[in-house]
Amino acid sequence: MDFSFVLGQSITQALGVTAIIYCLAAMGLNLQFGYTGLLNFGQVAFAAIGAYSIGVIVISFGASLWAAIPIGLVASVALALVLGIPTLRLRADYLAIVTIATSEIIRLMVRSIALRDTFGGANGINGKMGQAFHDLNPFHADIDLPFLTWTRQDLWVVTVGWSLIAIFTLATWLLVRSPWGRVVKGIREDENAVVSLGKNAYVYKMQALILGGLLGTVGGIVWAVAKQSVQPDNFVPDVTFFSYTILLLGGAARVFGPIVGAIIFWFLLVFVGEFLNQMIAAGWITFLLPTDIGPIRFILVGLGLMGLMIFRPQGMFGDKRELALDAR
Amino acid sequence: MLGGFRIRTGIRPRFYIGAFLTAIAACLLLAFAPSAAAAGTAIVGTLKGPDGAALTNVSLTAAAEGFTETVSTGADGAFRIEVPKGGKYQLSVDEGTLPAGITFSKPADQSRSILVLMGDKKVLFTFASGTDGGSATASSFTWARISQLLVDGLFFGILIALGAVGLNLIFGTTGLTNFSHGELLTLGAFTAIVLNELGLNLIIAAPIAVVISAILWGWGQNKILWKPLRRRKTGLIASMVVTIGLAITIRYTLLLFFGGSPRSYQQFAGQSGLEFGPVSITPKSIVFAVLAAIAITATVIWLQRSRIGKATRAVSDNPALASATGIDVERVISVVWILGAGLAAFAGIYLGSTQDTTWNMGQRLLLVMFAAVTLGGLGTIYGAIVGALVVGMFVQLSTLFIPTEMKTVGALFLMIIILLVRPQGILGRRERVG
Repeated sequence: MDFSFVLGQSITQALGVTAIIYCLAAMGLNLQFGYTGLLNFGQVAFAAIGAYSIGVIVISFGASLWAAIPIGLVASVALALVLGIPTLRLRADYLAIVTIATSEIIRLMVRSIALRDTFGGANGINGKMGQAFHDLNPFHADIDLPFLTWTRQDLWVVTVGWSLIAIFTLATWLLVRSPWGRVVKGIREDENAVVSLGKNAYVYKMQALILGGLLGTVGGIVWAVAKQSVQPDNFVPDVTFFSYTILLLGGAARVFGPIVGAIIFWFLLVFVGEFLNQMIAAGWITFLLPTDIGPIRFILVGLGLMGLMIFRPQGMFGDKRELALDAR
Repeated sequence: MLGGFRIRTGIRPRFYIGAFLTAIAACLLLAFAPSAAAAGTAIVGTLKGPDGAALTNVSLTAAAEGFTETVSTGADGAFRIEVPKGGKYQLSVDEGTLPAGITFSKPADQSRSILVLMGDKKVLFTFASGTDGGSATASSFTWARISQLLVDGLFFGILIALGAVGLNLIFGTTGLTNFSHGELLTLGAFTAIVLNELGLNLIIAAPIAVVISAILWGWGQNKILWKPLRRRKTGLIASMVVTIGLAITIRYTLLLFFGGSPRSYQQFAGQSGLEFGPVSITPKSIVFAVLAAIAITATVIWLQRSRIGKATRAVSDNPALASATGIDVERVISVVWILGAGLAAFAGIYLGSTQDTTWNMGQRLLLVMFAAVTLGGLGTIYGAIVGALVVGMFVQLSTLFIPTEMKTVGALFLMIIILLVRPQGILGRRERVG
């Protein structure tokens, strides 16, 4: 059994493109769920909007990537408005139901045969949609350290991705310690109290939904640019719940929560998968098949999500006093 | 039950085999009106070109493990491949035999894998006329089709109602929006599968599975998970996230132990439909729907008349006040979980018997149940029933206008529109909306 391979894979993935995408989605959820208390169960819809904006505009319409990115962000704001207007005045569970439903509406529509000319049906959109970005790549060689192997393209995506995360984390930090941040935290703790102080909670909640959605959309854009392919079945609701697990792992309502969570989550997930794979290949485990590893990883995520929410909603390193989620 | 695909010439030729396969799947799942098993199982279809002309002498091959069969389309473009049993088949078209000038729009369409369930038959293919887009619906507004869809919709609505009533009872008494309610359906269906595979006839296995599910997955779940959480005063938002984690855990545990391929019960799998004028219904659907209607009616009467039923309504209305008048709220919640899980298990067996039993069958129905509950009014029992019937009919009838693959989308849109205009639902009360 090649233990250093398992470790190398885990570290590479924990810092890799997928971790960046999920980290961005979880940062959005942190603003919505962690700070404002909005239960967005459809974060994957925002990622899908971002990824498909790139795919459709660059490949299907042949326009530039630099035009596609702002269009994707505008579409994301539009989606947040569509989701928020009917639901943000209602109780939390309505937003949860409508967001998860919308994420499925979007997935079913982009994978439908009727709209296949635009969205590519179940095969999705494939092509060099991120070429304009990769043309700017300043790196000339692949990286091959003992525990870290990236191609030149991945290295460029990872560099830009983590830089974006650093900028957004700084912005989040500035935002949540501003008066705006105090109001949204107030909404999370007791919306009636905030309303009685004359604040329009609806507007603040909408702003949090839009900002969090934009972060998810950036995640989707990174997805399309890095993987040069978008497929509808990448955008299942489970993506949202992986992001929730990441957020809770790192600690909701903590600025660095999503970063810590994403790195730990992907390290553990890849480590468990690769470790079991090697054990099975070496014949040390005989009661499992390689195809069983996928379900096992999902079961661990499910149990982790439940356990974290029940026992440590403040995350592994969080402070429970910071976060007292309202019962509404 | 209509669908088709066309092959088109010109600058961007396309080949609507995708639509055709979706149509096969939809027909097999929805119509499920097979004749006696003796007549065999077959993949049936017709190939037509973009101008509607039949494609003759095109050779198609269906292959599965230990089975290969090649046929050619006849003078009318029709083909029929007899297969030994239900299962997964790779259906491929021999490109060399296509008439000159006709190609596939996507190379991947040349060979597709399809799932044939037990005893197909009566898979009728007529073809879309005029409109472009290759959708799986060929809108033909025949009265026969509309009445078939109405009946399908009614049956689907009753099925949704079974799940939605439990969902709403649990929401009403505990305030919990249960995103793992779909898994109660799946667990019920798999409990019956286990008993069925142990040798019990489905007629015996089904009621036993309902009872086991009610106790194990309903009462047990409440006892082990939700009661301690209520005691810890876990907030409702946190509880909703816990239901998501639970749903993922249950789903993938079932996938781990039972695998991903669909299963079906050993009895009544390939039943032929009874003809009622233009409408064809399988006897098992009628039996299930009647039993389901009885179960729902009994639940309503129980809520209205019995002591514990009245207590349930009191708890739904105001738990604190109910508790103060001496009602044992925890006992009421236990009963509600038992009832909800039992009804859901019944729905799961119903779904598993008329379609198939898969690890994510409940998840696929969850959002439709939510649409029903939201439409009728969250927390109201009559609302759940009315909402379920409306959504069931809407989903089926919408296939007259939109592709079958998008029928769930229609129901979800309906839900969002209802939230915009009347957030408390058809029968809900305004103060519930919060």
